Amino acid sequence: MTTNGSRTRYDAIIIGGGHNGLVCAAYLARAGKKVLVCEKRHLVGGAAVTEEIHKGFKFSEFSYVVSLLRPEIIRELDLPRHGLQILPLESTVTPMPNGNYLAAWGDHDESQRELYRHSPLDAERYDDFGIMMHHMAHAVKPILAMLPPDPTSLSPRELVALARFGGHMRSLGEERFYALHKLMTMSSADYLDEWFESDVLKATKSASGIIGTFLGPRSPGSAYVLLHHYMGEIDGAFRAWGFQKGGTGGVSEAIAGAARAFGAEVKVEAPVTNVIIKNGRAVGVAVGAGDEYYADVVVSGLDPKRTFLGLVEEKALPGDFLTSIRRFKARGSSGKVNLALSELPRFTCMEPENIARWGGVQIPAARYLRGAVSVSPTMEYVETAYDDAKHGAFSRRPYMDVVIPSMIDPSMAPPGQHVMSIFCQYAPFNITGGWDDAKREAFGDAVINALAVFAPNIKQAIIARQVLTPADIERITGLTEGNIFQGELALDQLFFLRPAAGYAKYRSPIERLYQCGSGTHPGGGIMGASGRLAALTMLGDWPA
Amino acid sequence: MEAQQWRRWSGFLVASAYEMSHEREYHAIRSSAALFDVSPLKKYHVSGRDATRMLDRVVTRNVAACQPCQVLYTPWCDSRGKVVDDGTLHRLGEEQYRLTSAEPNLAWLHDNARGMQVDLEDASDSVAALSLQGPLSRTILEHAAQRDLAGLKYFRLTNATIGGASIAISRTGYTGDLGYEVWMEAADALAVWDALMHSGAPYGITPAGMLALDIARIEAGLILLDVDYVSARKALIPAQLSSPFELSLGWTVKLDKGSFNGAHALRAEYAKGVDWKLVGLEIEWPSFERVFESLGLAPRLSATASRVSVPVYADGRQIGYATSSTWSPLLKRFIALAHLEAPFAAHGRGVEFEITVEHRRHRAEARVRKLPFYDPPRKRA
Amino acid sequence: MTQRYDVIVIGGGVGGLATAALLGKRGMDVHVVEAREHLGGLTSTEDIVPGVPCDTVDHELGWVPPALVAELGLDRHGLQLLYCDPCATALVPSAPSESIALYPDAQRTAGALGRYSTNDAAAWPAFALRVAQLSGFLRALYEVPAPSLFASGAGNLVSMLALGRKARSLGRNGIFDLLRTLPMSIADVLDESFENTTLKGLLGARAVSRILQGPRSGATAFLFLHYHVGLPSGAVRGMLTARGGVGALAGAMIGAAKAHGVSFRTGATVARIDVKNERTRGVTLESGEEIVADRVVSSLDARHTIYDLIDPVHVEPELSRAIGHVRMRGATAKVNLVLDGAVPLPNVDALRGPLVVAPSISALERAFDNAKHGTMSDAMTLEVRVPGVLDPSMEGKGGRVAVSVLAQWAPYGLKSGWDAASRGVLGDRVLAALESAIPGITNRVVHREILSPRDIEERFGASEGSLTHGELALDQILFMRPVPALSRYRSASIEGLYVCGRGCHPGMPAAAAMLAAREIVRSARGREPAATPPPAPQVA
Repeated sequence: MTTNGSRTRYDAIIIGGGHNGLVCAAYLARAGKKVLVCEKRHLVGGAAVTEEIHKGFKFSEFSYVVSLLRPEIIRELDLPRHGLQILPLESTVTPMPNGNYLAAWGDHDESQRELYRHSPLDAERYDDFGIMMHHMAHAVKPILAMLPPDPTSLSPRELVALARFGGHMRSLGEERFYALHKLMTMSSADYLDEWFESDVLKATKSASGIIGTFLGPRSPGSAYVLLHHYMGEIDGAFRAWGFQKGGTGGVSEAIAGAARAFGAEVKVEAPVTNVIIKNGRAVGVAVGAGDEYYADVVVSGLDPKRTFLGLVEEKALPGDFLTSIRRFKARGSSGKVNLALSELPRFTCMEPENIARWGGVQIPAARYLRGAVSVSPTMEYVETAYDDAKHGAFSRRPYMDVVIPSMIDPSMAPPGQHVMSIFCQYAPFNITGGWDDAKREAFGDAVINALAVFAPNIKQAIIARQVLTPADIERITGLTEGNIFQGELALDQLFFLRPAAGYAKYRSPIERLYQCGSGTHPGGGIMGASGRLAALTMLGDWPA
Repeated sequence: MEAQQWRRWSGFLVASAYEMSHEREYHAIRSSAALFDVSPLKKYHVSGRDATRMLDRVVTRNVAACQPCQVLYTPWCDSRGKVVDDGTLHRLGEEQYRLTSAEPNLAWLHDNARGMQVDLEDASDSVAALSLQGPLSRTILEHAAQRDLAGLKYFRLTNATIGGASIAISRTGYTGDLGYEVWMEAADALAVWDALMHSGAPYGITPAGMLALDIARIEAGLILLDVDYVSARKALIPAQLSSPFELSLGWTVKLDKGSFNGAHALRAEYAKGVDWKLVGLEIEWPSFERVFESLGLAPRLSATASRVSVPVYADGRQIGYATSSTWSPLLKRFIALAHLEAPFAAHGRGVEFEITVEHRRHRAEARVRKLPFYDPPRKRA
Repeated sequence: MTQRYDVIVIGGGVGGLATAALLGKRGMDVHVVEAREHLGGLTSTEDIVPGVPCDTVDHELGWVPPALVAELGLDRHGLQLLYCDPCATALVPSAPSESIALYPDAQRTAGALGRYSTNDAAAWPAFALRVAQLSGFLRALYEVPAPSLFASGAGNLVSMLALGRKARSLGRNGIFDLLRTLPMSIADVLDESFENTTLKGLLGARAVSRILQGPRSGATAFLFLHYHVGLPSGAVRGMLTARGGVGALAGAMIGAAKAHGVSFRTGATVARIDVKNERTRGVTLESGEEIVADRVVSSLDARHTIYDLIDPVHVEPELSRAIGHVRMRGATAKVNLVLDGAVPLPNVDALRGPLVVAPSISALERAFDNAKHGTMSDAMTLEVRVPGVLDPSMEGKGGRVAVSVLAQWAPYGLKSGWDAASRGVLGDRVLAALESAIPGITNRVVHREILSPRDIEERFGASEGSLTHGELALDQILFMRPVPALSRYRSASIEGLYVCGRGCHPGMPAAAAMLAAREIVRSARGREPAATPPPAPQVA
């Protein structure tokens, strides 16, 4: 190992300038620590970046909506001062195979009337469902901000934490506790079947239960993800999703701005090649061609597999921990297609004469295009999309979440033109025979063809397209297998099991090596909770 | 519709007031006749062999004892004995009913109809409802329907036609005055409205909105879901739940009629005694005036009813809260509907009602009054 | 004329019989009413054709708690439990010479596996131990009423403490392993340890048995462990039966029950449970006859009990809705065959345990995919038992051989519906799968009896033909089984109404009977109030 580089000393070095790494850096710097962030790419953000892939068109390349970013982080880091501005995503329209559609609007009454058109029962139960989910979110919310208790420990501190957790559960009341139990263990399809009868509603709801997982809507365990995505929160309002002005990269830049303002140093094009360990203790990192940086603590914002199987020598880790990390499931299952468009898509179902045919309420196209279009026409469609992936192929007809950021923020594209972000599932990382250019393009074609069924003008409107398979996501961002959550949000990988039993508290088997990525509790989405909780944990037991 | 004042009701927009001020609309209720569009009410048609049995297990009143062409006002409870909603139940035929409610209840009815031969139809959109209220309502309606309505008693129902449209007339309303509600196919509603307005013109009929109705229903001591109580389905915490006894609707609970939702809990509550009561409060004007005088002000009150919850005190602590309050233009009293701890709910009991004057909180003396505040003989005559 | 008893037990399956015998032993005057002429329910052994006995529906017993055997003296009444040995053998279709056998002895199994994979052979002993430990925890959980965060009373505390002790004995890593494993898919669990596809198919099939889930579905690992409760350590995928077939357990229970004064009535279908003033009064039979009792215990599944036997007026809408949500989804068919001679298989010893046709996880998953979308599996997964090999008392007369086959998936909710034609297709597919695994077997079939889930529902009263009276999934076990309101074996709204059977915690009829009987005896003594009063409203 060469040591010809800089020998500057830091209090903390953070590996990876993703949003969690940046949040962690900002909190440490805010506490007066001298912090260095090393990002391998030329820009910070990890999977939360905005890039001009085609001239004049800005793509939120990977992550494209913001909802879960913790309000306390926004407040404590004063992110709006550094450019954070989240614009609401107002609606979701689901086109149906028969030409009908289902829309959900920002206004409760308007959504109710629309749903009533499909099923009076569902319209009524939707309110009850909302109340129940409100309770569930309320029940889970403190857990997200809580250090996971260790159920096996007998230390008084852990027992108190466990008792508090039990008390929190009891306070839900019996009926809601059972509902939470169901939510944690059921399939989203079964869970939704208990509430609703219209297939299109269930399909659209269940689709949010599969995002980023390698589960189908009928597989137990998918209902929890439903809640995870239900917890979107803007300024304290539940269930609100939004766009960062200027693209998702703006969130990362705002956090980086806050970190810098607190004195953190952020280096880009500084890929960490390994963690330097001396006497069983992390003391620094080696970067790029041979620079080394030293610090009291080292924090990895990378996913657990990349951190422990890539940056740390195997022999430095205990065998059972290594086994756990190897078993940690991070199966990438989603892809992304970003389009530069010469004109807006025209979804057949939202043409005025079609709305009239189905007895819906007329609304201008500009309005629904400011929201999402969910291509999840039936439960069968979504489940079949999963079947393809389960057996090693990308979905021939994928579930898609389509948004047009330029409708909300016109600066994303040249005047009159648009960018479209298509999140697609399933595109398994482990596709039979592996991903190659031909398969990538075939996948891109499948996505466009599936979309063209509902918006026929899409093909002629495409100026440029970027297709990102899980393999591409891994290659560009470093996320193992392209898993957008740094590890699946499955019941066996949550809470005190995330990422590995006994190491759920941001620590690792190596002294002074911490983790802060979304592969740790609570994980997933542009939430920042992992970065914040990791920083608070470290500050709590800062080495003297 | 000169005022363009709208408010939401069950996903529809309804007029708050047709004129710039609702005052004339209110007085029409009490002096001539006011016509309301109450179509956003939820309406369910329940029929089939087990319709009576099924409804009897849903609501607290005795449906089996209800005659055809009779209407019952009734709340209904969940199995904890907490009120889900309240409304009127019209017995249209032997096993044919119409249930009206403030909130959607189709799913609840479905859950209750499992295993029974019952047809449920959500008629909310297909059936329209107009409410004609006031001392001259009978005259106007007789004119419009070209028939005598003297025989139509309080909470009874009859069929009629207006301008060729088939209608049902119930002698019901939400004002505590002489009044009728007219039920018809939605497609016929505009014509019926016009016919009523035409027949009523010589008698001073006035289209009226929700602001006027709100004052009248408080005078009549009638509660409103989401204002005076929270549906058991929507309550977030136990403290938000209400039993019929707590809403002073004990008279609607027929404990001896056999199995019905909440019977078990309600029997227990009845035996134990109720903890809360819903009562009328009259804020004593001299005391109210004194608060203003002490600040050098003349007393003033909003012209519209208030739906803001207001603390009520006695013995130096909060013993309840008022959920609706209004100045009664007719009674010249400041009145409220309040939930009080049972020991404080006795008629005539003195309590204190919080008022905010010039940004500061004060307390005015108030007294527990019998409901309704206004109960003209013509209501039932 | 009406008759009067202390307790009426509806349903004469193992759950009902055990409960009746236990209550009889406590001095109660118990009467069992069974709709079929034959007692035993899903755990019956009958002659398919005269002289050829076979397990009618299920062909294993599940866990029979030794405490129950002891308490009822079932061995004195002729019960001889038998473990299959080998535990199971994998038959690979189209390769009859290839088979993998699992034995009760882990070392022996490891040795046998070595021929196929040194990795798997090495991993086996640890895997077998882990299965034993984790299922041992479930067993502790199954010996007590489901602990609840909300229940009060000494019973609940005892449950909690017992589990706490058991958890401690598992150790830190054991608890983590348990919590991690329960929600996993069996495919993920097996992929962590093994590489041989046949072995994984063989093990995976166990985890999806009697459920409409595939091996890649979450929480199938739980079901895998569930089936191991009560098995000797090492006996992965083992199976318990009895001399004389599974029906012998019912037989011994009938003996014990009779000894305790329990009376029986067969061929009598209960039309309704009579309720008056929120109390049970007895039952009315379809014949119109009324039988009076203070307590009625139903061993039927919860949906059947609540929906079909109780006047809906007495069923709270909340309970009604919860019952409607219980997933039954029977998807397992039973095919009983009579051969005119021995099974044409070179290795007859393999028949001392079940033969499993489930070539790989992927094949299982594809078979499940069919069912998920509402059709029968193109390639059926089979569990085949030839009872006469392990148990000579089950040999057919005249050289005829009974073959008992559980086949998946044949979903109750078949899109095309169940009729004679689809039942025929089912039989053909099962025989095709069997023929490809054991060439020549179909030529020997002289009689076949096909029970689709619809048939099982019609003949045995199990809603949707569910062999478990409700899927065994994480949201339908413990305090959720069958629904929270009935998870303490009694109804809170109808006094004197109790439930037992496999639809209750812990999902196995004999074990559930012990817990249900205890609860019935306790409440009969009036130790705990029948229902807690509703919470008092608080000041806002």
